Amino acid sequence: MIVGLEFPPISHLVEWPTLFGGDALGVNKVVLLMWISVALVFGLFYAATREPKLVPTGVQNVAESTVEFVEEQIVMQTIGPDGRGYMPFLLTLFTFVFTCNIWELIPVVQMPVNARIALPMFMAIVVWFVYIITGIRHQGFFGYFKNATIPPGVPKAILPLVAFIELIGILVTRPFSLAIRLFANMLAGHLLLVTFAVITQALFASTILGGALPLALLIFLMGFELLVSFLQAYIFTILAAVYIDSSMHPEH
Amino acid sequence: MLHVLAQQAEGELEAGLTAVGRGIVYGGAAIGPGIGIGLVVGNAITAMARQPEAAGMVRTTMFLGIAFTEALALFGFVLAFIISG
Repeated sequence: MIVGLEFPPISHLVEWPTLFGGDALGVNKVVLLMWISVALVFGLFYAATREPKLVPTGVQNVAESTVEFVEEQIVMQTIGPDGRGYMPFLLTLFTFVFTCNIWELIPVVQMPVNARIALPMFMAIVVWFVYIITGIRHQGFFGYFKNATIPPGVPKAILPLVAFIELIGILVTRPFSLAIRLFANMLAGHLLLVTFAVITQALFASTILGGALPLALLIFLMGFELLVSFLQAYIFTILAAVYIDSSMHPEH
Repeated sequence: MLHVLAQQAEGELEAGLTAVGRGIVYGGAAIGPGIGIGLVVGNAITAMARQPEAAGMVRTTMFLGIAFTEALALFGFVLAFIISG
């Protein structure tokens, strides 16, 4: 008989004790995982080009598949051929976000790095700088904001309102929504997995068979979280590419 | 006598109302994107069935549309946690 389900408070699930480094720049589990992700991404692409073969095998094959995926499915679909200059940036973004997300499923670790707002917010600010500076470089300072805030075919009466909304859109809404989309997806997935794990443990404590159904659902949810991790990395990268494209090729 | 029966624990009203508020925030936030994503994916399926050669481009645009509409539901989810109590 379950008398009361003891669900841990949310702070136990996402806040980790500082290992070293003081208060402001303290290093905890999440920061450590971020550093390991950086080392993994760098190591993957470094090891892929150590002895490059014409027909790729092994690590080189993984890296080349990733490059081809980002180039064909993300850059070519949104920016087009003159987006190749942004390929290193978008490739790094995609691989890093995916590596950070996948820690949610690795058995002992099970903490997505993007479940804390700091890293998604920082990456969104970097993308913001990239597309604002690209827009200013391609269309001039006033030209960029004029083309971005005044869409073609708008009746003159509501033009001030539309221009204001578009300006807030490119300055505030885009980076914030980019960051919060990634953060909230990862946090929600993490909480979902924790919920079903707690329910499985509580039901298992009463009858051994009682834990079977939540366990099956938990396994299914881990598969679903694998899909969500990949999808969120893909969406972050493709939205960055769409914003860069709207800076480079204004619609008129 | 009645006021003894109708006693409540310290701060229970605030905790209860916070919980109700959180539920309303996320519940209300999830209606619109639920309908919206259904519309996006339904139209994408129709488009892919009419013209299978364009399936790749339709699929890419579908994912983009899902990301935009799902973000709104997730704003509500995050807000439900921010509401203090």
